[in-house]
Amino acid sequence: MYDAPTLERHVSQQETKFSARNVHVYYGDTHAIKNVDVDIEDKTVTAFIGPSGCGKSTFLRCLNRMNDTIDVCRVEGDIRLDGEDIYDKRVDPVQLRAKVGMVFQKPNPFPKSIYDNIAYGPRIHGLARNKAELDEIVERALKRGAIWDEVKDRLDAPGTGLSGGQQQRLCIARAVATEPEVLLMDEPCSALDPIATAQVEELIDELRQSYSVVIVTHSMQQAARVSQKTAFFHLGELVEFGETGQIFTNPVDDRTESYITGRIG
Amino acid sequence: MTDASLPEERGHAPARRSLTTLDDRTRRRNRAETRFRAYGIAAIATGLLFLAILLGSILFNGVGAFHQTFIKVPVYLDPAKLDKGGERQVEDIKKVSTFGYKPLIQQGLFDAVQEAGIDTPLESAKDMKQLLSASAAAQVRDTVIANPDLIGQTVEFRLLAASRVDGYLKGRVMREDVARDKNIDAEHLDLTDALREAGIVTKAFNWAFITGADASESRPEQAGLGVSMLGSFFMMLVVLALSLPIGVAASIYLEEFAPQNRFTDLIEVNISNLAAVPSIVFGILGLAAFIQFAHLPQSAPLVGGLTLTLMTLPTIVISTRASLKSVPPSIRDAALGVGASKMQAVFHHVLPMAMPGILTGTIIGLAQALGETAPLLLIGMVGYIATNYPDGLASGFMDPNSAMPAQIFEWAKRADPAYYERAWGGIIILLVFLLTMNIIAIILRRRFERRW
Amino acid sequence: MPVTWLVLILLALAAAGYVLGRGRALHAAGGDSRGLHSLPSYYGAHVGLMALVPAMGVLALWLIAQPLVVDNRVSSALPDSAIPESATRGLVMSDVRRVADGLDLAVSEGVMTAREAREVRTDTTDVRDLLGEVGVALGSDVSPAILDAAQRYRAMTRTATTLMSALVLIVAAGGFAVALARTRPDFRARNVVESGVRGLLILAASIAILTTIGIVLSLIFNTLEFFQLYPAWDFFFGTTWSPSFGGGSELGIIPLLWGTFYISIIALLVAVPIGLFSAVYLSEYASRPVRSVAKPLLEVLAGIPTIVYGLFALLTVGPMLVTVFGDEGLGIMQAGTAVMTAGLVMGIMLIPFVSSLSDDIINAVPQAMRDGSYGLGATKSETVRQVVLPAALPGIVGAILLAASRAIGETMIVVLGAGAAARLSLNPFDAMTTVTAKIVSQLTGDADFASPEALVAFALGMTLFVITLGLNVFALYIVRKYREQYE
Repeated sequence: MYDAPTLERHVSQQETKFSARNVHVYYGDTHAIKNVDVDIEDKTVTAFIGPSGCGKSTFLRCLNRMNDTIDVCRVEGDIRLDGEDIYDKRVDPVQLRAKVGMVFQKPNPFPKSIYDNIAYGPRIHGLARNKAELDEIVERALKRGAIWDEVKDRLDAPGTGLSGGQQQRLCIARAVATEPEVLLMDEPCSALDPIATAQVEELIDELRQSYSVVIVTHSMQQAARVSQKTAFFHLGELVEFGETGQIFTNPVDDRTESYITGRIG
Repeated sequence: MTDASLPEERGHAPARRSLTTLDDRTRRRNRAETRFRAYGIAAIATGLLFLAILLGSILFNGVGAFHQTFIKVPVYLDPAKLDKGGERQVEDIKKVSTFGYKPLIQQGLFDAVQEAGIDTPLESAKDMKQLLSASAAAQVRDTVIANPDLIGQTVEFRLLAASRVDGYLKGRVMREDVARDKNIDAEHLDLTDALREAGIVTKAFNWAFITGADASESRPEQAGLGVSMLGSFFMMLVVLALSLPIGVAASIYLEEFAPQNRFTDLIEVNISNLAAVPSIVFGILGLAAFIQFAHLPQSAPLVGGLTLTLMTLPTIVISTRASLKSVPPSIRDAALGVGASKMQAVFHHVLPMAMPGILTGTIIGLAQALGETAPLLLIGMVGYIATNYPDGLASGFMDPNSAMPAQIFEWAKRADPAYYERAWGGIIILLVFLLTMNIIAIILRRRFERRW
Repeated sequence: MPVTWLVLILLALAAAGYVLGRGRALHAAGGDSRGLHSLPSYYGAHVGLMALVPAMGVLALWLIAQPLVVDNRVSSALPDSAIPESATRGLVMSDVRRVADGLDLAVSEGVMTAREAREVRTDTTDVRDLLGEVGVALGSDVSPAILDAAQRYRAMTRTATTLMSALVLIVAAGGFAVALARTRPDFRARNVVESGVRGLLILAASIAILTTIGIVLSLIFNTLEFFQLYPAWDFFFGTTWSPSFGGGSELGIIPLLWGTFYISIIALLVAVPIGLFSAVYLSEYASRPVRSVAKPLLEVLAGIPTIVYGLFALLTVGPMLVTVFGDEGLGIMQAGTAVMTAGLVMGIMLIPFVSSLSDDIINAVPQAMRDGSYGLGATKSETVRQVVLPAALPGIVGAILLAASRAIGETMIVVLGAGAAARLSLNPFDAMTTVTAKIVSQLTGDADFASPEALVAFALGMTLFVITLGLNVFALYIVRKYREQYE
């Protein structure tokens, strides 16, 4: 797998979107994330890998303050989006999440029509002035989600009636519809079959053109296939972060090597 | 997909803005959020306010029933009037009705007023009878019959004051109202105030309200909840004795043995629907089945108990099934694994483990039955004036009686506002019983709660 | 009381059977219980159950059948001439029963001997006075025909009771003997006992069905009887309710249904918003300590008996409303008892009902749904209003329907708080009455089940039963459908 098709990569330096410094996360008494420093670039796919429970999802959820919804969770340290501290008291998490969209492990379409699923975000953020604009936004989002051709004739059908892979692409389209700058994806393919996974991965690669994408995955092959940068987490620590090709072919840390060769995890 | 990469498309979104400054829309949305949250808090506050008003008015209106006004009257038990034969034979003394005692009591009160040196326009002993309860004569007579040797002595009795006097001292009867009242007038109220000063009229804890019997319409000061409490007690005995075994047996069958078939479905559908049938319909059933058809006596606690049993069974079955379900299958497997029959596994292992849950459910079902009124109205437990204590076990079940909630309803319907105070007081007693039962249930649940 | 004695004898027999059966089995195995197929106690239980259960079954069946048969026989022997113009056969029969019971009571209290009771005659004794002495009050003097029927009634009952005692004892002894004879070491006592116990369990479970059948039968028979005396059309579509026991009643259900629905709607208007918002706040916003205090406190409202709410309506809420809307205030309310009073108090009673059912349903909406919404930058209230509540809607509708069925069937609050006058009015501050309140008022008092004025209560009960059952079945169906969606 070291010679996976990751070698030929466009790795030009992009603008930094997120920069995290000294981040610690606690769940009650549990110290879930320990002193993580990381920079996430624009127009790049960054993969978080690591064994289960290593904190990669937790860290991902810090980036759009989804952890706020959990009472016992406490975040310390400094996370900046475009140079602004997202944990600043003046920041409204609602505005932050409009900029930093999220796609979840299990496809979670709302029990509404396909159209309403996509239109939900634009509606609450007031992105459309009229019905025609909203239609346009929905169509564009579904096209970006690479699902337009499959659903364009049944936009009124419930989103829950789609297949698993279609549901997940619908959720990606839903996240894209609010015009975010960053897309966070929490194991987006773990509930999908291989064909659906391939479609979603292809989509992620295309999304990179416009967004900064952060993807958590437990599949090293997937990280190698879709990402330019990879971060390896272990027991709440960020062990190694760098170019994907370098991490998979020439890891610096012993733990990274053990993980990618299958000795731990 | 190529259009996804066109950068102009993103120009559509508002220009990049700092996260720390809120745009108008976000501010508006946050205000909506605050409003929504306030609605929730308001809803809960309203609910709790209602609870507070309800409990407050129960306490405020009901506490009075536990205090009663008494008048200390030294009564000279005149042998010439009470025992003409002079033999102190109980049979002879019984011949004197309460009418024989009334003048003596009134005279006693008159003397007491004179002795205390109270200045009153009421000039004769007869005028003072309105201060005393109509039950006073019976009270004195009962004392004398129980102890004939008292005749000839002057004995100090603590007699019930009339309801209006009691109401006046409790603030229920206002001076401005008595002008239209035939039962009392301003002079009597003046006298009451003076007697209160002199320590002849006193207020004391009203045990008779808790232990006593109901009284006739015109004597609210004498009415008590004791007899109907016994009625409720006998009813609860019936409910417990029938609904616990039947409910547990039915639940065991449905949860452990019943095959998946139409008969089982039929039973389950029946149980869940019965749980939601209005209680008054159970009253109709009780009336038709137990009184109209089986000719059981009206107003009997037995009939009440049977009716309430039918009403409580679904509740008990539902909670018992839940606690049987919570016993993990590994326990059954373990018992079956050592060669026990299915029946033995259930009765020796599953049932004892589910017992705390079953008892909790049963107590809550009983509490529900204890407070239930509507079915009792139809089987004649209202309108019956519960003045007699049952004289044994059999008569406790079979003789007409009232029940606590039915008695409260009865009082609420009577015209004299003094009975409202009794009704509120009765509610306090009823709620104390319910509270106790629920606390026992909670303790039981906490004490035996198992985590598997 | 022979039944009590019979039951005691049966219990004693069963206990003796247990001891004997156990002893016999052990003896047959030579004192070594390992030689038996089952544990010794199963042999004992076998004999005990065989003695007890069939005999009890016979006893129960007999007790149900006997009054039917005796009543029927005596009633058919009663000449038509014995029934006065103003009464019905059923009414005369209840007199017959009362006389018969009174004579029995007189004998047991020693007022007269059994022989005197048998030979009592209307021309020599004033039977009404005689029975009055033992506390049995009769509405009219006893005619010879009635006394005759009463004597026949007594005789038949006595014979039947003797027969029953004999039969029950024979069955018990037979079961006892058969079981004892079967007690041998290789007899599979445990299996027999267990299938017997299983049968008893099934019997207990069937009580639910019997109760439903009992409800339906008791409603149907009396309702049919009512419709023979009063046309069904006038009952269902009549707009006047004015019963008079003297005859000429108008018994239209429309005003009662109107009162019922009006009060229920007001109750729901109070309970649904408060209950629903409370549930939303408790499940989505409240911190753990707030929830653990507020939720049980709200549920206290559900544990308070309805008589308390009735009194609260009559004595607190009614007068309070009168001071605002009465003659001294807005002048649109005559008395404390009104639709608004009952509706408001019933609404308070239903708050915890709506809130705890909705709370369960809202909690069943998967967290992933909320995360999806938050991840798009929705606020909490937007998530609740646009994602959680729509997802929970079917369940909440079910909960509201259940609450509505509660409101329609509620009795005490309307009996005390709504008033007694049946009227069709739009003013919520008018006194109106409901189906349940009229069931109570038509059936309390003298228990004469023959007049249409009393029988109408069963027709009302039938209507109530059908409406609430329909609502419940529909609501449970919706709730179940909803649960399946997320399981």
